[in-house]
Amino acid sequence: MLALKDPNILHIITQNTDIDWHRQRLTGAVIISITAIVVLFVRLFYLQVMQGDEFRRLSKTNRIRLQNIEPSRGIIFDRKGVVLVDNRPSFNLYIILKDAEPVNQTLKKLSDYTGISITVLQAAIKKNKTAVPYKKVLLKKYIGRNLLAVIEAHRYDLPGIIIDVNTRRHYFDNQSAAHLIGYLGEINPNDLKREKYKNYKSGDQIGKFGIEKAADAYLRGNLGRERVEVDAIGHRIRVLNTQDATTGNNVYLTIDIDLQRKAESLLDNKAGSIVALEPDSGRVLVLVSTPTFDQNAFIGGVSHKYWRELLSNPNRPMQNKAIQGLYPPASTYKLVTAMAGLQEGVINRHSTYFCPGYLNYGGRPFRCWKKGGHGTLNVVQAIEQSCDVFFYHVGLRLGVDRIAKYAKAGGLGARTGIDLDHESSGLIPTAAWKKKKMGDKWRRGETLSIAIGQGYNQTTPLQMAVYMAAVANGGTYYKPAIIYEIKTTGGDMVKPFKKKVAGHLPVSAKNLAIVSQGLWDVVNGSRGTARAYKIEGIEMVGKTGTAQVFSRKKDSEYSDDLPDHLKAHAWFVAYAPAENPKIAMAVMVEHGEHGSSAAAPIASELIKTYLTERESMKF
Amino acid sequence: MIDRRLIKHFDWVLLTLVLILGAFGLITIYSAVMAGVLQQKTIFWKQLIWCGVGLVVVTIVFSFHYRMIDRLAYWIYGICNALLIGVLIFGKTIGGSQRWLILGPVSLQPSELAKIAIIIVLAHWYSKSTNPLGLSLSELVVPAILLLIPFVLIVIQPDLGTAMVIALIAASITLYKKIEKKTLIFIIVCFTGAIPIVWSALKPYQKQRILTFIDPERDSLGAGYHIIQSKIAIGSGMITGKGYLQGTQNALSFLPEQHTDFIFSVLAEERGLAGSSLLLVFLLILMIWGLNIAHSCRNLFGVILAVGVTAMIFWQVVINIGMVMGLMPVVGVPLPFISYGGSSMLTNMIGIGLLMNISMRRFMMK
Repeated sequence: MLALKDPNILHIITQNTDIDWHRQRLTGAVIISITAIVVLFVRLFYLQVMQGDEFRRLSKTNRIRLQNIEPSRGIIFDRKGVVLVDNRPSFNLYIILKDAEPVNQTLKKLSDYTGISITVLQAAIKKNKTAVPYKKVLLKKYIGRNLLAVIEAHRYDLPGIIIDVNTRRHYFDNQSAAHLIGYLGEINPNDLKREKYKNYKSGDQIGKFGIEKAADAYLRGNLGRERVEVDAIGHRIRVLNTQDATTGNNVYLTIDIDLQRKAESLLDNKAGSIVALEPDSGRVLVLVSTPTFDQNAFIGGVSHKYWRELLSNPNRPMQNKAIQGLYPPASTYKLVTAMAGLQEGVINRHSTYFCPGYLNYGGRPFRCWKKGGHGTLNVVQAIEQSCDVFFYHVGLRLGVDRIAKYAKAGGLGARTGIDLDHESSGLIPTAAWKKKKMGDKWRRGETLSIAIGQGYNQTTPLQMAVYMAAVANGGTYYKPAIIYEIKTTGGDMVKPFKKKVAGHLPVSAKNLAIVSQGLWDVVNGSRGTARAYKIEGIEMVGKTGTAQVFSRKKDSEYSDDLPDHLKAHAWFVAYAPAENPKIAMAVMVEHGEHGSSAAAPIASELIKTYLTERESMKF
Repeated sequence: MIDRRLIKHFDWVLLTLVLILGAFGLITIYSAVMAGVLQQKTIFWKQLIWCGVGLVVVTIVFSFHYRMIDRLAYWIYGICNALLIGVLIFGKTIGGSQRWLILGPVSLQPSELAKIAIIIVLAHWYSKSTNPLGLSLSELVVPAILLLIPFVLIVIQPDLGTAMVIALIAASITLYKKIEKKTLIFIIVCFTGAIPIVWSALKPYQKQRILTFIDPERDSLGAGYHIIQSKIAIGSGMITGKGYLQGTQNALSFLPEQHTDFIFSVLAEERGLAGSSLLLVFLLILMIWGLNIAHSCRNLFGVILAVGVTAMIFWQVVINIGMVMGLMPVVGVPLPFISYGGSSMLTNMIGIGLLMNISMRRFMMK
């Protein structure tokens, strides 16, 4: 054994006074321990002996059940308070296994009365069963009133069978804004295991798409509970106490449903997308993606037939093209190149280039869309007439990274962070990006197609609309918002709207004015590519774009005899009025061929509607 | 190295007590998980493994002299606090609080080990000096800091039950060391004054629990419902119980967490007053035996260590059983040796190892 050298480490108790001191303290501790255990014993005696009979009786007749009360889901409105989604009563069929003994016999009877096959019922039990035998198990959702009457009539013959009145979602205005509003579905078992969904249980409806998903936490409400006394066959005799469910909050969207409907009708069954927003706040007025789908078909589970139909449609109805569709911005991107060129000092208001219809670079000709060339033009004219050659020159002098800086500052090539899931980021290429992605350095020749919005460039319609809004308001990039505000059913504010600045275009007011002049000329100038869609009395400002789906053939300009799926996508970005703009938008028509002929008239019509009927529509 | 006298002085009483309690726990857990719809036999097997691991831990803890523990006190305390910080950063959140560290296949609750750490560090500190008249206020500053560090780390997890047990252990050890009368009065006055401040800092669910304790009908759908059902379970056991695996409250899932915090209700329902008071008697014998070990020890560190371990068992028993019988608010404190749970079993077995360690060396230090 080690010798004890350090007296500080061990204090040996040797003196009798010390021993007595400790004995006294320890005796106290023993008395406290005995006292505590005696108190516990007395309580035990009181519960088990003095009140034992009463508790034994209570346990025998323990028919007190704790049951959940489902909350009613919040309602979704548009910005003016028009109801887009609400709830309708529905009847769901449940079984309480413990009360339905013998279960198979009860199921047999239920099957006989209702005609629902017994295997379907058994499968439902197997799927929805929990470990607790007195919890109700869902047999069938949304039974009709006829079935309800049959079951109610045989109530006493069907122990443990319960019908609960619940609510189901009802989508007004079938198929309008379907992508935006979304739909509900049953929570899947994998989600149930996640911490985020710990308050959910098997069989719960949960937002699966659109705002129903994005605002699920607000719309859902809180479960209520009640303590009920049931009789021997599980039917409730009385409710002992209740803690009411809290109805979900109401969500007001920023969209205007009338304008949304108008926009949808303007796309006229073509595949495409329209996004319009308020330039000074980022609030989205219209978010259209076509073709669309029937939300009501998703209630209670979508049928296989309809689901297959949706998935096999070549125009991808389940994709929200406004936030997920990726397209080269094409000539609409020229406003970015022009802005970069002016601000970086590569060109000024008066610099000109000569367009002979092509530019020879690296031993091959890069063509302008106008075969005969535009002649000599400055930046304003180049935007107005959408001259490719002019922007080839500007692009070459800028280099890819300097163009990218101006695109990214306004939200292109990155998710805008709108409150909807599955937003695509798109792509604005840089030299560093290419090095990382392809292990290859950037070639100057590639900058030519980038400068006119082709090549690797990919944007969503939402990004283009947001960019246009920034141009319209003098350079502020607002995060686009789809939720106007969230209120309780009582009208108390839960989440007010707050505009969020996400960035600024790094451009001077003077240079932005030059770009805007070019955009004004596109519609209002004598040679503008969209001059045919000038609106009487309203100064619309915009830019056309035509995004090739495949490489343009050498000797054809634009051929009209291409099959539809190879035709170019048509873009038009716009804002109006020129002074103090109230609306900015992007229109994309898939395979519409020309931005000028397919997309511009839609924008023109929508802007006219919005600005002339604003008063009567009570915006 | 093992001294023959060690084997001669092996504490058979302590070992027997622990085996009896462990058996009580295993039998009751089996019923809790197998009588009803839960049907999770793995929980029973896991607990059996934990008992085995626990006995190994006891052996390890008693095999070296507790003087080593005295020397390493600050290291043990420091590592434990590091684990508590680790759990806040890397821990896994279960049921709203971050308590678990996942180390390979084993998940560990460092807050459980903090119970041992606080006993060791306070025993080390208090064994440095002796003053039969009691501690003055200035002598309480260091122990207060030693308590507060792990206490705060556990409160923010949040695990109010364990934090409370740690504070009570520290208070018990300190009271054993004796506090000067005027200091004691001062502290009591301070604590009374602090109640409103603490109240305002509690989370709503914690306030709810305390209010529910005062008036169970307040929340007869939540925690109050559990207490009412627990009381029905215990009371309906009457004198002889409903019989093994026959407890309806247990089998029909009226009891929440019946294999952990509410295990005593399962026992009381099935075994009645006879079985449950027998358990109380064994727990009392264990506490008195712990204090007896302290009494036979002639080393101040050993005495305080034994008192601390006994206090740990005492408070867990009183809080847990008090809770399920409706004498205390609903806090998550397991019943030592009976409730299911690896971390809790390990902590209590380390405690037993320490008692064994002191007991075996009782005649060697004179």
